[in-house]
Amino acid sequence: METPALLVEGLTKTYTPGAKPAVEGLTFTLPMGETWALLGGNGAGKSTTIAMLLGLLVPSAGRVVALGHDMATDRFAALARMNFSSPYIALPHRLTVEENLRVYAHLYGVRDTERRIAELVAEFALGEFARRPAGQLSAGQKTRVALAKALINRPALLLLDEPTASLDPDTGDWVRSTLERYRAEEGAAILLASHNMGEVERLCSNVLMLKGGHVVDAGSPAALLAKYGRDDLEEVFLDIARGRARAEAA
Amino acid sequence: MAGSSARRIWALMYRHLTLYRRSWPRLLDLMYWPVLQMVVWGFVTSYLAFGAPGGGRPALAGQTATIAAGVLLGGVLLWEVTLRSQMGFAISFLEEVWSRNLGHLFVSPLRPWELVAGLAVMSLLRTVAGVGPAMGLAFLLYGFEVWSLGPVVVLFFAALMAMGWAVALAVTALILRHGAGAEALAWGVMFGIAPFAAVFYPVAVLPGWLQPVALAIPAAHVFEGMRAALIDGRIAWDHLAWAVVLDGVWMAVAAWIFLAQFHAARVRGALLNIGE
Repeated sequence: METPALLVEGLTKTYTPGAKPAVEGLTFTLPMGETWALLGGNGAGKSTTIAMLLGLLVPSAGRVVALGHDMATDRFAALARMNFSSPYIALPHRLTVEENLRVYAHLYGVRDTERRIAELVAEFALGEFARRPAGQLSAGQKTRVALAKALINRPALLLLDEPTASLDPDTGDWVRSTLERYRAEEGAAILLASHNMGEVERLCSNVLMLKGGHVVDAGSPAALLAKYGRDDLEEVFLDIARGRARAEAA
Repeated sequence: MAGSSARRIWALMYRHLTLYRRSWPRLLDLMYWPVLQMVVWGFVTSYLAFGAPGGGRPALAGQTATIAAGVLLGGVLLWEVTLRSQMGFAISFLEEVWSRNLGHLFVSPLRPWELVAGLAVMSLLRTVAGVGPAMGLAFLLYGFEVWSLGPVVVLFFAALMAMGWAVALAVTALILRHGAGAEALAWGVMFGIAPFAAVFYPVAVLPGWLQPVALAIPAAHVFEGMRAALIDGRIAWDHLAWAVVLDGVWMAVAAWIFLAQFHAARVRGALLNIGE
């Protein structure tokens, strides 16, 4: 049996002793080669979950095994084969795009660094501003550079926080195509947090609906649509976020 | 593994060196304060040793003047080594905080010790770039050659740099704990230690109750050693040994504080928003 990209068991985080957990009892297994989504409103626990999956945050209970490595004891072995992108974490803004990619190529031990950078510059159409400081780029350009950085080491597991935020519809669509192609070609697993329901419907084979730190529902976009009797995932999201009864139960 | 570590440390160095390659104001900033300190203290020393032109006798004379000049200028130069090594380390870390890049660094395979090693190497390079010109100026303007102390000066430098790194590591831990709010410590903490480090005067000058405090500071032993070399022409191995032992203790305590705060930051979830 193939090692799953992520094995998450009883993952719980309580920031303050005695307070309500930000995430409680999260359990799921993300297989290789699939794209899954974490959906939920603000404060649902998406960011906390992603931070724990990356080893940035120590869980209060439970465990994460990424690519066969326990993140509590062996996280660096996993991190070398993972990557992450978020529009909320910047790259050094005085370094050019190429220099930023070079830094991360070295950090991730990428072989044939210059060739990989050239590939990413071509793939993400960064050539026009590859020698411009990252701080001078538009929000959309920064998002593309962040995605290029996230693919620098050809990660087997990619965690993305709102991967198409700040992108115009055309560029957003292009990025989604790139992610689909990457997953298919590399057999990688992708876990993304997104508020773009169209994106989730297009990219994801499974959705974990979070509310108040718990998975309140899960399934493929098609299964959730059928279950809630809705035409699009946004309505399902609103049903769950607002605590509305499921169509099937109504 | 060793090769990978070296490459990750190089990644950090490349990130910082690139900034200096492109920005001459940054390079100038490295040299500015050490050179300015040397100029000011050089003239003070010159006045004490040789008096003002056409304005009476010097305050000191002969051998005493030469020794006083050496003690003051040596003190300035060697203290700059401590100061610049501490600031070079802490400010390189702050660069990551300011650019909100820590999140990316800490989800990469970069180990905490590799981060510390990268910052230490950058600190060494920044110190050489900052203090080197001041040393040259001391020789050109005032005829003071720090290397005249002998090869032991390398040990002085090493002991002082190690103390600077230990203090910087503790400051970095406080930045991890309190965020950019602790930034002021990166600039000012060494100035608070200076009065007790016996830079320009022997530990014996301090009040009795303060002397144990001074003797717990590695730099105090280095400066006692420097004065022994300048005044008595001997190497005070006992002071050097104390400096090395105390450096080890300071480094161990600082490393423990850093690792504890790094873990605490991972428990609190502070690594993602430490720049805020």
